[in-house]
Amino acid sequence: MSDSFAAEFARARAVAWKDLTTERRSKAGFNAVVSLALTILLLFGFALGPDSGAVRAAAPGALWLAALFASVLAFGRSFQVELDGGALEMLLLYPGSRRAIYVGKLLANLAFVGLLIAIVVVASMVLFQVTIPRAWPAVLGIIGLGAVGVTALGTFYAAIASRSRAREVLLPLLLFPMLVPVLLAAVQGTKALMAGDLMNEAGAWISLLAGFDLLFLLAGFLAFDAVIDA
Amino acid sequence: MTTTRQETDVIAPPAPGRWRLFGVFAIASLVVAQVVAVVISPPDRDMGHLQKIMYVHFPIALNMFVCYLVVLIGSVRYLMLRSERADLLAASAAEVGAVMTGLTLALGMLWAKPTWGVWWAWDPRLTSTLVLFLLATAYLALRAFVDDPERRATWSATVGILGALNVPIVYMSVRWWRTLHQVQSSPSSLDPEYVIGVRLNLTAVLLVTVYLIHSRYAAALTERAAENRAMAAALGANHGG
Repeated sequence: MSDSFAAEFARARAVAWKDLTTERRSKAGFNAVVSLALTILLLFGFALGPDSGAVRAAAPGALWLAALFASVLAFGRSFQVELDGGALEMLLLYPGSRRAIYVGKLLANLAFVGLLIAIVVVASMVLFQVTIPRAWPAVLGIIGLGAVGVTALGTFYAAIASRSRAREVLLPLLLFPMLVPVLLAAVQGTKALMAGDLMNEAGAWISLLAGFDLLFLLAGFLAFDAVIDA
Repeated sequence: MTTTRQETDVIAPPAPGRWRLFGVFAIASLVVAQVVAVVISPPDRDMGHLQKIMYVHFPIALNMFVCYLVVLIGSVRYLMLRSERADLLAASAAEVGAVMTGLTLALGMLWAKPTWGVWWAWDPRLTSTLVLFLLATAYLALRAFVDDPERRATWSATVGILGALNVPIVYMSVRWWRTLHQVQSSPSSLDPEYVIGVRLNLTAVLLVTVYLIHSRYAAALTERAAENRAMAAALGANHGG
């Protein structure tokens, strides 16, 4: 911890910028992941429809599951790209804390997943005929907090799973049970707000999401050193 | 793989000692507890003999948390001291814990079918136990998919700690989601005639849990000691040649 906070943050930003630049120049990864999310949404429509009432009621759940399944691929990719190029060792050789790598990857993944979720939200509103609820700022807050929770753990577990055997299975196996509170809070909170939040429960779900995010951002940040060095 | 090997604290296999005797005692106490619970205590007024499941269901559910506590302690110890023994202890407790969680679920379902009329209900305690089972499965899968012992130990320790941190949050979120389970059993909510059976079973299951964790731990130590010895021999041969 000899370096100042500003220097560490500059490193994190450099890692994030590098990841996003790679992604922006090829676009193949992002396009594939978004197409997959849209396909999953469509399949949910087929599985639950064609009754528009049932489809509309299931929209928040379908939205989050599509986002979750698609973003797992994004997390896996963010470390896989490094490993394929033999770049992770180089990244670790640079001076500064390992935590800058976690924060950088986290920021890049957050941008990636944030954009993915934005597209999925718009698509599901169109496909599932959802009207914009009056409490839309709170819904946006839930989406943001949910994205942070998913990304904090997703980035951390991807650092582990991408370097093990059977990584395609291991990442969702590790990640999904951990994300049960995020999924419940995001879906139930969104559902409550869409119905006018008559039971005043949305606030509780939002605090749960915020607490979850804080706890696992901190835990991921603290544990990343040990995990990436192993 | 690429990491340098650290000093290990697993050198020799453990001496068997008196653990076999302890095991016999643990199994015997489990049998005695069943005799007291099934034969001596009266059937429940509403549930009849079905209620006997509670004598094993509740103690196994409680001891499942003992297992996960050992996983947590072993994981923290590993990260602090880099002690391979702590890692193997956590792994052994996780295996026993996963079995206990599976048993808790299975026994609960056997009881639920005649009582609630369904095998499964999306009740907070059931659902969070299932999530706990999946977390334990993921922990064990991670261990199976990583070969380097040091890497496996570090990764599974962090996964174990994060999982343990999440357990209360999972429980709370599922409880807010819905509620159906009957109030948790404790000696104070039971008729005195049942308390002795429960207490005996709690003790017996705890003894069996300790014995199972120890057996698994002793096996893991033996295995690692053999591997370490083989590696030391190979390194020695290299130096000599």
